[in-house]
Amino acid sequence: MSGTGGIDVRGVTHRIHGTTILQPIDLSLPSGKVTALIGPNGAGKSTLIRLIARIDPLQTGEVTVNGLDVRQTPSARLALEMAFMGQHSGLVSRLRVRELVAFGRWPHCHGRPGPKDRAAVEKALADFDLLPLADRFMDELSGGQAQRAHLAMTVVQETPWLLLDEPLNNLDLAHARALMAHLARLRDEGRSVLIVLHDLNFASGWADHVVAMKDGRILAEGVPAEVLTEPRLSELYDTPITVGSYQGRPLILHHL
Amino acid sequence: MRDRKTLIRLGLLVLAVGVAAALWMFQGLGAGRRDFVLALRWEKLIALVLIGASVAVATVLFQTVSRNRILTPSIMGFDALYLLIQTLAVAMLGVTGFAMLPGGPKFLIETALMTALALALFGTLLGRGAGSAEDIARTILTGVVLGILFRAGASLIGRLLDPNAYATVQAVSFANFGRPNAALVGWGAALALPAMGLALWMGPRLDVLGLGRERAVSLGLRYRVVMTGALALTAVLVAVSTALVGPVAFLGLIVAGLTHGLFPAARHRLRLVTAALIACLLLVLGQWLFERFLGRQAVLSVVIEFAGGILFLALLLKGRIR
Ligand SMILES: Nc1ncnc2c1ncn2[C@@H]1O[C@H](COP(=O)(O)OP(=O)(O)OP(=O)(O)O)[C@@H](O)[C@H]1O
Ligand SMILES: [Mg+2]
Repeated sequence: MSGTGGIDVRGVTHRIHGTTILQPIDLSLPSGKVTALIGPNGAGKSTLIRLIARIDPLQTGEVTVNGLDVRQTPSARLALEMAFMGQHSGLVSRLRVRELVAFGRWPHCHGRPGPKDRAAVEKALADFDLLPLADRFMDELSGGQAQRAHLAMTVVQETPWLLLDEPLNNLDLAHARALMAHLARLRDEGRSVLIVLHDLNFASGWADHVVAMKDGRILAEGVPAEVLTEPRLSELYDTPITVGSYQGRPLILHHL
Repeated sequence: MRDRKTLIRLGLLVLAVGVAAALWMFQGLGAGRRDFVLALRWEKLIALVLIGASVAVATVLFQTVSRNRILTPSIMGFDALYLLIQTLAVAMLGVTGFAMLPGGPKFLIETALMTALALALFGTLLGRGAGSAEDIARTILTGVVLGILFRAGASLIGRLLDPNAYATVQAVSFANFGRPNAALVGWGAALALPAMGLALWMGPRLDVLGLGRERAVSLGLRYRVVMTGALALTAVLVAVSTALVGPVAFLGLIVAGLTHGLFPAARHRLRLVTAALIACLLLVLGQWLFERFLGRQAVLSVVIEFAGGILFLALLLKGRIR
């Protein structure tokens, strides 16, 4: 049985063409927190987050989000509970930034936006520094600008859970920090975030909870200080990693 | 501001279609047998409008479902499939008197078969990720091969049939806008009008579909239902247009291309309406020109094929596939 809050993953496995991508995974993600999902390339992070977000169908096991069984709950209902942003978000239609962001309101208004929806869109545009770009076409933006538009579209869905797969891709350091600060504000308002990160210092600085994955398994989870240690990280990434400390938080030194 | 421009363009388009229809109806109307000529012209006008709108809506739907703007149902072999089904139905049910059935019921059965087969075939194909821009070359090739296969199948079965039945099938194997199948216009309208209504109703959902599968699913769209629905509507509309005039390979491509040129970033409702209007304009004006002035009733489809073929190549070479 699952509680009403949080995300519960029970016995979830995943195989593609006979290759095991995820070993049986059991995981409980607390609500009201920022949880960072870390691990090397190919660890299965995207696979796991996509299964939770019901983008790919569950093969075995069970996932509940705030008590709702992902397999059985209507997709439209789940869209009010969680918003997902994938690692590669290509577009088919030609859209302006404001139009794209407005699609994030679909679960609430199903194509008939009211004043509340429009206000939410304008606020998201402002929050992600997109107002000057709002009338530009998506295919006329830089990589980081486009990434911010996709983020705004995800956040404007105003769901209790945000699932973000590598949202810092392409963002410059100012916008990256602004995003993490924005997520922390949302957390303070009671919302929950699951975020796939490669830059461990962002995990150290902003996450409340860290989950480390390798080879389709959960290797470790806990508060940043527990998981982001030299032996753990060296094992996780198969390379020696030095961990220092800055203002009481782990500082990961891996650039040299 | 942008909205006003849209309205003006749309208004001009409606006006142009109106003028074309008026020309078609009233130009060169002699003194004698007015009622008869008007009735004849009206019948043909309705058929042309029905064909144009069906092809246009089917193409826009299919391009959204297949996530690109270079493929059309015809290029992917939809109308060849319909011809195959026609031949197959005659071949298999011929002994039980299927060929003797009145045109209407026969047409309905063929449309139902066509929809089922199209869903099975293209549903699987598109579900496997075909049609995405990355996979465009393979999808086009698949479509061309399917088209050849269906046509070959139809002609093979046709040859095995008795010559009479084969002749009726052969007669509809290429389009002639000058002689639409008048007997089926009522039946065609009964299918096509609700299908177009549904497509319009689905408009906002199609917009979400256009964001890609991942986005559409996470926004709570019932992705499979919308995909299947759009594909089924495409099949029905292709069946209608093919039953009325025969295959129209590149008409849809021209219409979708012009629509894109007029409204590069339009939502589906606007796109569907615009495409339908452009198709009607092309067919009515084109047929008027060829039939009344050049005295060539059957040439319009050839011109459209030729122009469309060139457009297809141009789009392909420029890599403008989205
Ligand atoms: N469609 C697929 N077919 C076969 N194998 C796949 C497919 N998609 C993913 N995989 C494999 O599944 C494993 C997990 O992939 P996943 O995308 O979940 O990794 P990740 O942890 O998100 O990596 P990254 O940090 O590079 O994004 C990888 O070994 C990958 O090669
Ligand atoms: Mg990944």
